[in-house]
Amino acid sequence: MMRALRLAWRYVVHHRFKSLLMVLCIALTVSLPIALAILLASFNQQIVSRARATPLVVGAKGSALDLTMHAIYFRTKPPGTLVQGAGQPVGDLGTAIPVHARYTAQQVPVVGTTLDYFDFRKIGMASGPGLARLGDCVLGARAARRLGLKAGDSLLTDRENVWDIAGSTPLKMRVGGILAPTRSPDDDVVFVDLKTAWIIEGLGHGHEDLEDETDENLVSGREDGVVTARATVTNFIEVTDENAASFHFHGNFDEFPVTALIVLPRDDKGEALMLGRYQRDDAPAQMSKPIDEVQNLMQLVFRVQKFFNANAVLISVSTALLLVLVVLLSIRLRAGEMETMFKIGCARGTMASLIASELLIIFLLAAVCVVSVVLVTNWYADDLVRSLLG
Amino acid sequence: MIHAENLRFAYPRSEFELRIDDLLVEAGEKVAVVGPSGSGKTTLLNLISGISVPDEGRITVMDQPVGTLGDAARRRFRVSSIGAIFQRFELVDYLSVRDNILLPCWINRALPLDADVRQRASELAEQTGIGDKLHRRVTRLSQGEQQRVAICRALLTRPALILADEPTGNLDPVNKQIILDLLFQHCAENDLTLVAVTHDSNIVDGFDRIIDFAEFRAGSSL
Repeated sequence: MMRALRLAWRYVVHHRFKSLLMVLCIALTVSLPIALAILLASFNQQIVSRARATPLVVGAKGSALDLTMHAIYFRTKPPGTLVQGAGQPVGDLGTAIPVHARYTAQQVPVVGTTLDYFDFRKIGMASGPGLARLGDCVLGARAARRLGLKAGDSLLTDRENVWDIAGSTPLKMRVGGILAPTRSPDDDVVFVDLKTAWIIEGLGHGHEDLEDETDENLVSGREDGVVTARATVTNFIEVTDENAASFHFHGNFDEFPVTALIVLPRDDKGEALMLGRYQRDDAPAQMSKPIDEVQNLMQLVFRVQKFFNANAVLISVSTALLLVLVVLLSIRLRAGEMETMFKIGCARGTMASLIASELLIIFLLAAVCVVSVVLVTNWYADDLVRSLLG
Repeated sequence: MIHAENLRFAYPRSEFELRIDDLLVEAGEKVAVVGPSGSGKTTLLNLISGISVPDEGRITVMDQPVGTLGDAARRRFRVSSIGAIFQRFELVDYLSVRDNILLPCWINRALPLDADVRQRASELAEQTGIGDKLHRRVTRLSQGEQQRVAICRALLTRPALILADEPTGNLDPVNKQIILDLLFQHCAENDLTLVAVTHDSNIVDGFDRIIDFAEFRAGSSL
């Protein structure tokens, strides 16, 4: 058998292109469905665990799935914005953590939230003091790596619309630190305080003190101690220790926008009561359970996977038939070689074992490819899925 | 060495029939079988080597009744006792010169494939003038060199009988003579019996005996 294997190896090496094609045909046919299954399992594990760890979300009425995906992954657009006061029905039945993720910094989502979020997700700092003052940001581990930033650097937000020169101006943020890696979507975003997010949105700003300003180009009027500024007043585009005190907001915080609220119910009863409150017709927003939405999504995904599996079976069968055809044609082409071997004393069984050895080598090489693909997929599945979801 | 009596052989669904009443080839003899295409020359070689079995009659080669041996026994006999050379060399294109020479050992577990055999392959290659091409692919050799590889392969197992089917049929005149000289030299040095089929009457001078199938008629003694 060893001699047949060595002869077969020489044949495979000599006809390396044909052999490679056969190896790739088999390897791709077998490994693709397996790799897909691994990715899907990772996707399922990640999305379900993230959803399970997020008890309830509140958001604008519309697609509950869009709301869920936005609240837990920050990337997809929410069904709409809501005001922070939409969390009032939560009352003392739970804790509402705001999420405002409308803007980006160098294409990385900027998520405005409160410190409660970091406690809720159990995210610690890897370096830097964190969000020390208005205008600070902290970067997820992968986002920091991607942007090449460290604590003390600065990061400029992206302009929402480059053609709208009257729109919100980019804010130069100070990097207050880098978060410890969590292998979750939190690694891929930039976190800021909710008020900083509102400054980015243009709802808060800082400028020079106008109390004693007499320039009519800057001040249009004074009435009852209220100074009305003209548009010529220059807003600060960066929060510094010197100008931080000048930043202020006009309006009621409850009327300020957020894109979602993550709600942590006090207990099961509180959860049921809150769900009831948000199901009322006059409720200002919708509340959904991320795990329910994600499980519905996964049911659909698994149904699609069944279709792909059936497709993979058909492709496997057709590949197998093509391989049989290739082998039969190859044997036919080698009839002269077989005849010579027979004439010089080769048994028919030896010839069969020679061809079987060639196929064995092809299948072994394909198996090596399949195992490699599976190992690599397994190794990178989590990161790959996270980047796809992120 | 070879004795055939009352031999009859016909291919299925063919009108051709080979009939030999009496054929005797002595050990050490160099016999050329000549004749037109389709006269049964190659069929005779197949019967001698046990590739084909006669429908009737008896053929013994080196005292072995090859016509009545089983498939496996005939194959073992062919491997151990006969060296075959073909017109188109019939080399295996994916093997090197050395592995082609060693092919009988590669495909027969009964034959050793050890250092001694490899050494013999190298020696044969040296003797036939292709010693410096042992690791080349056979497809990169000239036709004359390829036939030398085939001769080395035929001689590897130290057979007592060489059957050559048109050994010079694909060669130019210069190579024809070189190959024949090599064959004759090896037969002389090792006391081998040579039966060569050819339709080229110009190469038969060095043979001890010529059997002309053109003059042969059924029922004749050869």
